[in-house]
Amino acid sequence: MVWRIDWRASLGVLGTVLTYLALTMLVPLAVAVVYMEDIWVFVVSILLVVILGFGLKRLDPEPDLGPQEALLLVALAWIAAPIVGTIPYLLAGFGTESTVGLQTSSLGAAVESFVNALFESTSGFTTTGATVLGEISLEQHSHAVMMWRQLTQWLGGMGIIVLMIAILPEVAVNGAELMRSEAPGPDLQKLTPKIAETARALWIIYFGFTVLLVAILYGLHLTGTVIDADLAPNMNLYNAVAHAFTTLPTGGFSPQADSIAAFSALVQWVIIPFMVVAGVNFALFWHVFRGEARVMLENTEFRTYAGLLAALFAVLAVLLFGGAVPKTDPGGVTEGVTENALRQAAFQIGSLLNSTGYATADFAQWAEGGTEAQLVLLFAMFIGGSAGSTGGGIKVIRWLVVFKAIRRELYTSAHPDVIEPVRLGGNVVDEDTIRGIMVFTMLYILLFGVAAVFIMLDSARIGVDLTVLEAMSASLATIGNIGPGFGDLGPFGNYLFFPESSKLLMTVLMWFGRLEIVPVLALFVAGLRDSGR
Amino acid sequence: MRVVIIGAGEVGTAIAEDLADEHDVVVVEKDPERAEDLTYQLDVLTLQGDGTSLETLETADTGSADLFIACTDDDRANLIACGTAKTLGTPFTIARAKSIEYLHTWERNRSAFGVDFLVCSDLLTAEDIVRVIGLPAAVDIDQFAGGLVQMAEFEISESSPVTGQTIAEADRFESLTFAGLFRDDEILIPSGETRIEAGDRAVVIGSPESVQSFALDIAPETTPGGADEIVIAGGSEIGYHTARLLEERGFSPTLVEEDESRARHLSEELPETLVMQHDATDTDFLVREHLDEADVLLAAKDPDEQNLLVAVLAKRLGINRVVAVVENLDYVDLFEEIGIDVAVNPREVTAEEIIRFSFESVAENLSVLEHDQAEVLEYELDDDSELVGTSIQELDAETDFPLVVGALTRNGAFIPPRGDTVLQAGDHIVVFVETEFVGELTCLA
Repeated sequence: MVWRIDWRASLGVLGTVLTYLALTMLVPLAVAVVYMEDIWVFVVSILLVVILGFGLKRLDPEPDLGPQEALLLVALAWIAAPIVGTIPYLLAGFGTESTVGLQTSSLGAAVESFVNALFESTSGFTTTGATVLGEISLEQHSHAVMMWRQLTQWLGGMGIIVLMIAILPEVAVNGAELMRSEAPGPDLQKLTPKIAETARALWIIYFGFTVLLVAILYGLHLTGTVIDADLAPNMNLYNAVAHAFTTLPTGGFSPQADSIAAFSALVQWVIIPFMVVAGVNFALFWHVFRGEARVMLENTEFRTYAGLLAALFAVLAVLLFGGAVPKTDPGGVTEGVTENALRQAAFQIGSLLNSTGYATADFAQWAEGGTEAQLVLLFAMFIGGSAGSTGGGIKVIRWLVVFKAIRRELYTSAHPDVIEPVRLGGNVVDEDTIRGIMVFTMLYILLFGVAAVFIMLDSARIGVDLTVLEAMSASLATIGNIGPGFGDLGPFGNYLFFPESSKLLMTVLMWFGRLEIVPVLALFVAGLRDSGR
Repeated sequence: MRVVIIGAGEVGTAIAEDLADEHDVVVVEKDPERAEDLTYQLDVLTLQGDGTSLETLETADTGSADLFIACTDDDRANLIACGTAKTLGTPFTIARAKSIEYLHTWERNRSAFGVDFLVCSDLLTAEDIVRVIGLPAAVDIDQFAGGLVQMAEFEISESSPVTGQTIAEADRFESLTFAGLFRDDEILIPSGETRIEAGDRAVVIGSPESVQSFALDIAPETTPGGADEIVIAGGSEIGYHTARLLEERGFSPTLVEEDESRARHLSEELPETLVMQHDATDTDFLVREHLDEADVLLAAKDPDEQNLLVAVLAKRLGINRVVAVVENLDYVDLFEEIGIDVAVNPREVTAEEIIRFSFESVAENLSVLEHDQAEVLEYELDDDSELVGTSIQELDAETDFPLVVGALTRNGAFIPPRGDTVLQAGDHIVVFVETEFVGELTCLA
């Protein structure tokens, strides 16, 4: 295959991206210092990544990115970041019981440990939240490594490339093309004439919400200590930062084995609105902060998103209150308990609809009371967040366009002469965009289905029997960047038991889901065309 | 008054003809033959030359003219002519422009292009058609405040449901005001208790939608309701504006346009209109899509011959009311002779509007009712206006002559006038008043 792409330029910029990524490892390093843990894991990791970065930079000291190179850069960055992200896991876990630590007893064990670490790292950067950690605890893993795990989600949420556009002038030149490939949703919304300013505005809003959540959570904890009430007993500064890092990017990782169920009901209520916020197009907040709240309230996608949240919340709350699910631990009894039924419904819908993946109830156990409550969750998982949010999935705007286009198609088949554009909130969606959205949605569902079958067969091969619902949830939870599924891969379970081949497939699914497939495929198609000439 | 007219086409000729008796009219025409013809045809001075050139306009003594009307077939030439005229003196300039783009620009800043009044012929024609289609029961209709406000006069028939009702009972619409009643040569300024009698002529002022609903109330048989099907054959600019205005009035018309990209463009611009891409002269198509069951059909295609074909076809298929756009003035009578209900000529409409506006007035817009017994006037209140800061209630109490504030628009939005509404600078008010008091009202505003 002859690549007519100037791949040196892409790799050169990738080098810069990696050196900056190394800088972010200073955060877990600081944590290690504070908790007086082994600092060598991150010192070595930083050195390795910096050397790699500078090495790549030498390939092309003055990179000139064209549209194709930009596309390649995004794809490469999203391969390189998860790979580099495995270094701390492998080093820290070396010689311990950790499932993501480097094992050197045999080649098979080494490969397995690397696949696990890659899965965990990809799940982090893509904000999926599926885990292969056998045991989530701060005893087995250091505070620093667990903070790195949280940080990968925070970096991946708004996007590493968007961050680079915001701070690096050489990347900003072709920034619009880059951002379109990385930003979730079918269209890029430029807020300011300069793309770097748009990227900066988005990151500042994102950063602002994160700081706000940390302040509220830790504030509750401190207030609780002062007035001697159990407002948020476990929410120390470490937990507040760790959870803010994975709430805003709709990530879902938690250093606590019990996820958010480890915290008080008050903390759970506080996190719900922030999960909802994370699924909203961040560009809309930009308008709100400029005093144009109207733009947000009149936005069709936002209204649909809010409506879907409200409707699914209502349905699930009624089911939970009516006793459709058994008592779960964690989660507790919801039948006839108003506060708990409302909270569990709101939290689970708020978490799964926009692909966060936190849980306060073990909904994997809900199947014992019949599957209707789980089906509501599965339905929510299919929706996804909004375009321009940090959420994964198909996205509300695509569903809107798909349904409107189908309705139009049905109408025009009876009246062939009618010409009717698809409208979204008064704006006409052009036919190219509709075609793109249709292709994306078809591909997404196709991949989801094929992967579900593969996972089911592959698991049966090694003697793990999955139900159809469980296999579907595994496929959907990874391609949709959600995290938890049903059965053994529920919110308090993990993906460890899957065969390596399935884990690798799921790693690819997560990657496809985050980059929304199309730029990735565009790259392949471009490469194939060039080679065919 | 000295009047300079640029362009001696159908519009220019019609205007010149109307003004020639009482004013000194100079007509500038590019085509020498046409210029010579006109010299013998009308009692005006004709000059052969380009209306956009400074030299020609100087020859026409534009500097001392009171009124300058640019009404050639070329939009841009008209605008440039007005701008040029303004450099020579201070005539009141009127330009004719077919495209609505220039109207939008001019509405943004009323001194743009050096034009004091801009007549958009496509829009005017569409407005005229909408009146013909939408309010067949009205005796007189007029638009104010750029179409936000409509005035209509209806004759109340014996069989009308509102006959015998009081004004309070009949006026069910928030944004509609009963401005006046004409009863046997007398003007009644109605109060809530005034009873409507058969043979009265009621003047209402309000938003176009409310006037439409009111028309449906008083004349349910003749007025088309939202359920009535209106078909527009041809997506010309006039067809487009007609569809747009009908949408504003709550109708969902069907528009048939043959050209695919034009049809697509129209379907994007007109959210409530069903746009079909097909030849409107295809009988099979009309029958297949049940367009032959429409209540009204407008033929708005480009050449008159096509419109004739569509209109005749529509009549044959049994459509009750057929309206056609006829560009050529000579064909208007022909169209109506062969059974087309109304033939609308854009040039005639434009000429009428310009003539109407040629009579100077402080008011932004005015409409004369019942042989000049009463007038409806639109004023824009500026900072110095005495009315700014008074409420409508106070205005009624302070003036010693009867007047009705029928409508109010602020920042391009309709505001239903209430007793406690306080007038602000920049507001447009539409007032109904007896003609003898117009002078006094104008002093106030």
